[in-house]
Amino acid sequence: MIPFPRLLAGLAALVVALFLVSLLIGPAGISPGRGLAALFHDDGGPMTLVMREIRLPRALLGVMVGASLGLSGAAMQGYLRNPLAEPGLIGVSGSAALGAVLAIQTGVAASFALALPLAALAGAGIAVGLLLALAGPRGDSLTLILAGIAISALAGALTSLVLNLSPNPFAASDIVFWMLGSLADRSFLHVALALPFMAGGAALLLPLARGLDTLTLGEDAAAALGTRLGRLRLMLVAGTAAMVGAATAVAGTIGFVGLVVPHLLRGAVGARPGRLLAASALGGAAMVLAADIAVRIVLPGRDLKLGVLTAIVGAPLFLHLVYRTRRDLE
Amino acid sequence: MSLLTLDAVTVLRGQCPVVDAVSLAIDAGEVVGLIGPNGAGKTTLLRGALGLLPHTGRSSLSQMPPAARARHAAWLPQGREIAWPVDVETLVALGRVPHGAGLSALSAKDAAAVERALARMDLGGFRKRIATRLSGGEQARVLLARALAQEAPLLLADEPIAGLDPGHQIATMEVFNDLAAEGCGVVVSLHDLGLAARYCSRLVLMAAGRVVADGPPAEVLSPDRLAAVFGITAFLADTADGLVLQPLSRSGLRP
Repeated sequence: MIPFPRLLAGLAALVVALFLVSLLIGPAGISPGRGLAALFHDDGGPMTLVMREIRLPRALLGVMVGASLGLSGAAMQGYLRNPLAEPGLIGVSGSAALGAVLAIQTGVAASFALALPLAALAGAGIAVGLLLALAGPRGDSLTLILAGIAISALAGALTSLVLNLSPNPFAASDIVFWMLGSLADRSFLHVALALPFMAGGAALLLPLARGLDTLTLGEDAAAALGTRLGRLRLMLVAGTAAMVGAATAVAGTIGFVGLVVPHLLRGAVGARPGRLLAASALGGAAMVLAADIAVRIVLPGRDLKLGVLTAIVGAPLFLHLVYRTRRDLE
Repeated sequence: MSLLTLDAVTVLRGQCPVVDAVSLAIDAGEVVGLIGPNGAGKTTLLRGALGLLPHTGRSSLSQMPPAARARHAAWLPQGREIAWPVDVETLVALGRVPHGAGLSALSAKDAAAVERALARMDLGGFRKRIATRLSGGEQARVLLARALAQEAPLLLADEPIAGLDPGHQIATMEVFNDLAAEGCGVVVSLHDLGLAARYCSRLVLMAAGRVVADGPPAEVLSPDRLAAVFGITAFLADTADGLVLQPLSRSGLRP
């Protein structure tokens, strides 16, 4: 097994490399050297504009969204002690999508630049409130899952209703495309909106490492080891909601990252749920950056959506992992 | 020195008291066997004492803040849960979390405590094995080693020897006696009355949520009580090797 600090350093190096590649790929056809020069020294021309206003926010959002999905997925799996858990389980991504869909449908999304992501964040916020009210202050992990599934189903149904009743085919197509998930054409406004929520969410989730480690022994033993389960659950829900809500608000729904990344890295951290947190944050960032590079290389000019690609690559990968797990059990 | 004081601790399930006004004191140097039929309230009493269940009455443990309590008392639950395929050494090291162990490598002090716990439970050869792939009895020993690594003055263990082979059952009861000799207090719930008679310095007999007897094994395990509480007759003899108890048959008198 690779020592933990070296694993983190390796993943961080991978993220940096993919970040640079992401910066250097795009339809503008800027050579790597000139692109980086234009990024650091304002040449007053279009090249600096492209690098600073289009590619840099896109690459930054790739890191932020990926880290959010990976970290919250690892935290959710650790808390529920279930490798099939994913951040969308508590209903936040579905509700954020509903908020965004309503904003597109009503035309609010076109009124000012951040209207759509703000509506999505509001949707996520309402979902968390509802979740905590339903699951109660002393509820166990099962109540949390059931409440989350109910909220997800309701948000999904309402999203379908909006699409169903949409009198405007252009709005309906906008909605469908937005829901596929993408990092194209985002600006620093999106970065600035998402960053505080994601940083706050990470500050809530990363300190849960020890508590999640003790939960390996079950809730009773964890409590006896000094883990305050009520507080842990509140931090987990709030942190996941902030990170996933913000990710969905700026990028749409991007599936499978939060599910697959912790799975891929579990062996490398010796299955310790605490260590998986930071590793999955970096792994998620690397995976979303790589996918966002791939959508620009595989079908340039066709606007292949990021969420579509992560699902197309993620689902078979997940099947392979399920197969491997089954083989281990036999 | 008293390590645990319970004063009229009552735990309700709905309206029904599962533990009914239990008062106890556990001192250093004792191995207290908590015995009683299924459903007598043994597990509920221990969880209530730790503050893991809401209760009325006073428990010196549940009054402590969680972090201080975790350094004062180690708890081995009955359910043997190991959620992730971690190696034995990592699992045992979880016992060091109340002492500050976290994500980074263990400190020399924590590593030494883990070593002592592994050695006590005869698990030296298992340290790199994946805990979830061990047999049930081996997992039980690993989980007990985790509780031992906590090195708390008080150990509360819920049926730690169920499912162990006879050699390891005896070895485990001897570990409890070693701990008591070193100045710890141990409370262990168990169903094997023969081992309880031989290896516990004191027995607390529970029935229907109440303590019905509390004292040295020879006093608590009288034929009348065995009949009244467990509904059994038993062979009882005071031998050169200590008290020997072997359950024989169900008595006519059912509890």
